[in-house]
Amino acid sequence: MSHSLRVNPITCEAHGMCAELLPERITLDEWGYPVIDDVPLPPALLDHARRAAQACPTFALLVERERG
Amino acid sequence: MTGSQPLTIEAPPIVQSHAAPALPRLLAGIPAHGAMHLDEHLAIHGQAPLARGRARGRRGASTLIDQLDRSGLRGRGGAGFPTATKMRAVATARRRAIVVANAAEGEPASLKDRTLLETLPHLVLDGGILAAQAVGADELIVCVCESAGASVDSVARAIKERLPTPDGSPRLHLTTVPEHYVAGQESALVNYLNGGPATPTFTPPMPFEQGVRRRPTLINNAETLAHIALIARQGSQWFRQLGTPTQPGSALVTLSGPVAHPGVYEIEHGASLSSLIDAAGGTTARPRAALLGGYAGTWIGGEFLYGLALSEEHLAPHGASLGAGVVLLLSEDACPVAETTRVAHWLAGQSTGQCGPCVNGLDALATTVQEIAAGAAQAKATQRIDRLASLVRRRGACGHPDGAVNFILSALDVFATDFADHARHGRCDGCMRPAELPLPATPLTAAPTDRRSASEPVSIR
Repeated sequence: MSHSLRVNPITCEAHGMCAELLPERITLDEWGYPVIDDVPLPPALLDHARRAAQACPTFALLVERERG
Repeated sequence: MTGSQPLTIEAPPIVQSHAAPALPRLLAGIPAHGAMHLDEHLAIHGQAPLARGRARGRRGASTLIDQLDRSGLRGRGGAGFPTATKMRAVATARRRAIVVANAAEGEPASLKDRTLLETLPHLVLDGGILAAQAVGADELIVCVCESAGASVDSVARAIKERLPTPDGSPRLHLTTVPEHYVAGQESALVNYLNGGPATPTFTPPMPFEQGVRRRPTLINNAETLAHIALIARQGSQWFRQLGTPTQPGSALVTLSGPVAHPGVYEIEHGASLSSLIDAAGGTTARPRAALLGGYAGTWIGGEFLYGLALSEEHLAPHGASLGAGVVLLLSEDACPVAETTRVAHWLAGQSTGQCGPCVNGLDALATTVQEIAAGAAQAKATQRIDRLASLVRRRGACGHPDGAVNFILSALDVFATDFADHARHGRCDGCMRPAELPLPATPLTAAPTDRRSASEPVSIR
């Protein structure tokens, strides 16, 4: 079962916590919004990704099971 | 750009003229004034067959959905998704479905849906009722742009003409939707019909899973439904007698720009641009480029217009598609840089303000384009645009930012020389001319024109 990251761009308010907690996959654009690498997460990063998602003040970062 | 070959109408290229007698289809019998009444509609098209046996709880899908599958009909709202596939998804959902006829038509360069509803409302209602029966819906909601007053009145009258609702027929409702570029986006429409603002929502759930009042919702463009009304009567083979194998049938297009009779025309997919321009009485100025698909669409330079066929196969090499049937010619006198700047600002203003990359990115793009137009751009302004484009694409909840980026990049590509001239020398004479590209502040109002005889493409406004 592979997982990947997704941002809900409507609820995202550019707090930037995610980029601090998961710099391996998330950078911030010039306005502070996350730029996500959405290739499947390796198992080693999964816990970090979940922690980043939980830390998002607006719950805009999603760790999703690959669809299909 | 200066060497571009202008489109001329003196030498019409090969048109699929053998098929011309088969047109009009949708626009058959279009009244000279006002809307077609129910009795005239039935006299021309006959009674719609009842779409028997909805797919729910049955092994096979309904007869109509199979028929639409074979017809190859694809949605006419711009995305071109196969209609039968969409209907099956709704038909197989567990809860009772709702059908929405989408005539929000937020695209300023498109008039086809409002024109269709204004003149031939029963064709759209027929299609919507058939679709509702096929997917097991008990309700059809017709959504019309609030600015299209005549269309709203026409649909209201047409619905009254059909009262009382016969057994097995869905209840018919009419709703006006705000005039906004993204109001017709599916999730925005659902959001609005559920009492929210007409702004897109984060998906999933997709409308076919959970839409209006959390019920599975089939949203079809008004023209798509009109085609369904005819395919249900005439069959899928009949539909395929026109068009190309991958894009069967006819289509409504809104032709505007320097032509004698701008308006809404029914064409065969694959017809040449020249034949369309001929049907509109020819050009009144040399077109230097054509915008296909509206403000999320793609420019095609004048040198390619001669002999261009309006089909997927011919447009794809240019990265273009008909979208919701928009063909807009830009005259040689216009300044494409000033026009792009104006539309880019408008597109930025049409962001619903929900997604950061769209709000900030489209604004930054419009500002950068304007700086180039004024000759005030930093060096590397085009790299800045490419960078902004990559920061905007695929980062919104809906397709609006992607469409806007597509439009701007296409303009920078096709009008590269003009942009380079402006970057160096600033405003040109053309910049001072009145704007050509229609925006809601300067809406497209096709001049009334003679309604054509039934044997040729028909101009209906």
